[in-house]
Amino acid sequence: MRGPHDVGGLDFGPVENSTHDLTLWEKQIDAIRAVIGAKGIVSTHENRRTIEQLGHDVYDTLNYYERWTASLARQMIDKGILTQDEIDARVAQVRKRLADTGELELKEGA
Amino acid sequence: MPQRFQEGDFVRVRDDYPIGHIRTPVYIRGKAGVVVKDFGAFGNPETLAYCLPTEKRELYKVRFWQQMVWPAYKGGPRDTVDLDIYEHWLEKAE
Amino acid sequence: MRTHEHHHHDHDHHHDHDHHSPPQPDDKVHSYYQILGTAVKELLIEKGVVTADEVRRMVERRDSITPANGAKVVARAWMDPEYRARLLKDANAAVKEFGIEMPTTHLVAVENTENLHNVVVCTLCSCYPRDLLGLPPSWYKSKAYRARVVSEPRAVLAEFGTQLADNVEVRVHDSTADMRYLVVPRRPGGTDGMSEDALAAIITRDTMIGVAVVEPMRN
Repeated sequence: MRGPHDVGGLDFGPVENSTHDLTLWEKQIDAIRAVIGAKGIVSTHENRRTIEQLGHDVYDTLNYYERWTASLARQMIDKGILTQDEIDARVAQVRKRLADTGELELKEGA
Repeated sequence: MPQRFQEGDFVRVRDDYPIGHIRTPVYIRGKAGVVVKDFGAFGNPETLAYCLPTEKRELYKVRFWQQMVWPAYKGGPRDTVDLDIYEHWLEKAE
Repeated sequence: MRTHEHHHHDHDHHHDHDHHSPPQPDDKVHSYYQILGTAVKELLIEKGVVTADEVRRMVERRDSITPANGAKVVARAWMDPEYRARLLKDANAAVKEFGIEMPTTHLVAVENTENLHNVVVCTLCSCYPRDLLGLPPSWYKSKAYRARVVSEPRAVLAEFGTQLADNVEVRVHDSTADMRYLVVPRRPGGTDGMSEDALAAIITRDTMIGVAVVEPMRN
């Protein structure tokens, strides 16, 4: 009877006490969420709900900012801000760029 | 209209399992504790999460004794866990 | 985190997966979400939903908030009993004295004593006093920490190297609503002559989450 996020009292093994510096990609996902939150487009409550609704398999497979990304994309579609077709087309474009240059980000002025 | 509580009141968390965005973790449902602080009224996340019109709900800090929450708890009898719980999840307990 | 060959990070899924299926690191799936994030960012900028400048400035703002902010607050509370009282009564107002604004956060400071040790978690997501301490460390967001620190806090603290006497009350704060918690750790012995700045330098992030205690400087 638990959502995938409601983990208190379960056991996923020892806590691995290490940290990593966030990558630029992670920081940007975090920042986009904060900016659209500040603009009142998506609230923290909605964000939590859409992450919980990813379901166990997605929630457990993806890492933290990947979950945020999955829920962000879904929110933008649900709110009519982006369409799945637009996202699919852009994913194809970014994937090609990644294959060609090894870079996720478009270089300044490129 | 949910009940209001005073600091020091014994309360029990509702043992219900609705589907939705619920900020009362499953592990604490049905458990009894004591109200240690009244934080005042806050928007109800259960409706805010769906962009529905919301009402303010009283939010309480409730303290639970670990040995009452986890039957096999390893630690001192004084160990506690505090949760912040909205009024509609609490019932008066003896 | 376990070591692994992925180019990214924050992977709590390796052992999470042990829970109900064998570990299946899937680079294809992970890279899809990386690409998706970049695609969504570009589209939102092109449509003017956000600007590149807003995103850049938000990254910079996040980067500028570090646990040193919290350390200053705690050091002041150690030095100044009146400030300590203000912090415990109204933490938002008390941190504002340092120019730290927490407009969307209700900050609550909880103080460790000889008989009480506080530790903070968010079992449901990753609530954390971000406007004071910055973004939470990856272990704080991991399912392993969130799952176990509520039910076996002493074992989890021991994994962080923190052993507490049996007669100390361990109090876990599960951040389930609008409150964000700051632990005010105990001031260690042997620090009487130290300046506020020197004290701030020994106060770490983990001591303000409550998984560690402040150690005096060793010469």
